Amino acid sequence: MSEFLLEAQELNTRYGSSHILHGVNFKIRYGESLALMGRNGMGKTTLIRSMLGLVRPFSGQVRARGEDVTGAETYRISLMGIAYVPEGRGIFSSLSVKENLLMAARPGPTGKKDWTYDRVLDRFPRLAERLKNGGNQLSGGEQQMLTIGRALMTNPDLLILDEATEGLAPLVSREIWKIVREIRESGIATVVVDKNYAALTAISDRSVILVKGRVVFDGDSEALNGDSELIAKHLGV
Amino acid sequence: MEINSILIQLLNGIQYGLLLFLVAAGLTLVFGIMGVINLAHGSFYMIGAYLAWSLAELAGSFWVGIAIGIVLTIILGMVLEVVFFKHLYRRDHLYQVLMTYGLILIFEDLRSVLWGNDIHGVVIPELLNSSIQLTENLTYPMYRFFVSAVCIAIAIGLYLTIQRTRLGMIIRAGATNSEMTQVLGVNIKLIHAVVFSIGVSLAAIAGMVASPISSAYPNMGTQVLITCFVIVVIGGIGSVWGALAGALLIGLADTFGNVFAPEYSGLSVFILMSIILIWRPEGLFKRSYK
Ligand SMILES: Nc1ncnc2c1ncn2[C@@H]1O[C@H](COP(=O)(O)OP(=O)(O)O)[C@@H](O)[C@H]1O
Ligand SMILES: [Mg+2]
Repeated sequence: MSEFLLEAQELNTRYGSSHILHGVNFKIRYGESLALMGRNGMGKTTLIRSMLGLVRPFSGQVRARGEDVTGAETYRISLMGIAYVPEGRGIFSSLSVKENLLMAARPGPTGKKDWTYDRVLDRFPRLAERLKNGGNQLSGGEQQMLTIGRALMTNPDLLILDEATEGLAPLVSREIWKIVREIRESGIATVVVDKNYAALTAISDRSVILVKGRVVFDGDSEALNGDSELIAKHLGV
Repeated sequence: MEINSILIQLLNGIQYGLLLFLVAAGLTLVFGIMGVINLAHGSFYMIGAYLAWSLAELAGSFWVGIAIGIVLTIILGMVLEVVFFKHLYRRDHLYQVLMTYGLILIFEDLRSVLWGNDIHGVVIPELLNSSIQLTENLTYPMYRFFVSAVCIAIAIGLYLTIQRTRLGMIIRAGATNSEMTQVLGVNIKLIHAVVFSIGVSLAAIAGMVASPISSAYPNMGTQVLITCFVIVVIGGIGSVWGALAGALLIGLADTFGNVFAPEYSGLSVFILMSIILIWRPEGLFKRSYK
């Protein structure tokens, strides 16, 4: 078994003629928590989408659980225990809150069933009050709880959260960070993208910074947090 | 017109409408979920009728014939989806119309080679070959009640499947956001094949149960297809429940149109469509799962 749950090797991705990712190497171990950082348009979402089979990289390799999954179908990668909460969240407006959760329910790739419907409602009581509501009748924070809850219903080994707290009020954001920390402590690996670098480095073991589709930093989150010069250079506005 | 014959026509209209619903449901599902305009959908109705005729003769029983026919059309639906229709999902409507029109010609030629160009009557199964006494001087054929009952049962089954089962949730999720559905581990291609195959078999079942009333004859799918497009448009494109309402309205309009103004038979359907579209340009129902 590979030491890595998900890895990208020398990944190059293009949209038409624009070359977005330039030989990106990216790895995440079982149980590891990782912060993926970079200014807007640097290729964070593209990297995630390339690894999940949503965009086909034009060269390089993607491996999940040690297996080559480059160009594999997204659902197969998902079934390998990799869950993804995208930017904009992707709630099914035609389904109720309850249905949004139930349609995703399944045991993890190794058969674990830690997250059940009842446990998700237990953890997200706000959702329990809105089971019959349509997915689009929720507030931003509730929507994010629903997509995180829905991702947990698949009992993943890795949860990828793109723009975890975008557009959320500070109080709600704090709740989301608390949830992410719990998920991390439960042993699920996490890859989190967010603009709040302080919060992000505080809840991650390792940080990766992308600049124009290239990895410019890959190292300890704590070390990065102390290096205000590096942060200002690559992440400052 | 006397009350008895109005009652008969009412029952006929409902029965015809329910039958049309089976065909229109597949048409609207495939359009609503995969975005494909399938002109060949009427051919599945014809194939159903011919299968009922030939399999009933081969098996010596209408019921065994229908059972085998349903299995065959489910398989046919899967095969057609994989070979032809899946390539149409993200294409322009022009390609869809061209290819599915081509398929009509192929299906008609195959029908001619396999079954010939004659009209074939299908015998009403013995069990249902009787009449029901409705009032003192009014009887109604048992078989027509059977057709309505089958259609109602299928409509209820379809409703429960779409609204209450996990498969139904996944189908609705896939119609709203196919990418996110795959991200959650769903093989959306398989779901599309299943939906398409359901559509094919519903149309074929309609052809099968209609065959003892209408016979099996060349090009019988064309008229049904046109009528079903009218139904889908007035019901609201993509809406299954709109298709049910539209089918009942059209079934009644056509039946009573034929009675009251036989010289303009067929026109009533289009008059009704025009009135409904002037009143509600988007159709009666909005797409229920988008
Ligand atoms: N579908 C697309 N087609 C063309 N260009 C795209 C597409 N998606 C993103 N891009 C471009 O790719 C670059 C990286 O985008 P993205 O991965 O979304 O960055 P980030 O998530 O870091 O903000 C940007 O310049 C963006 O404009
Ligand atoms: Mg992004």
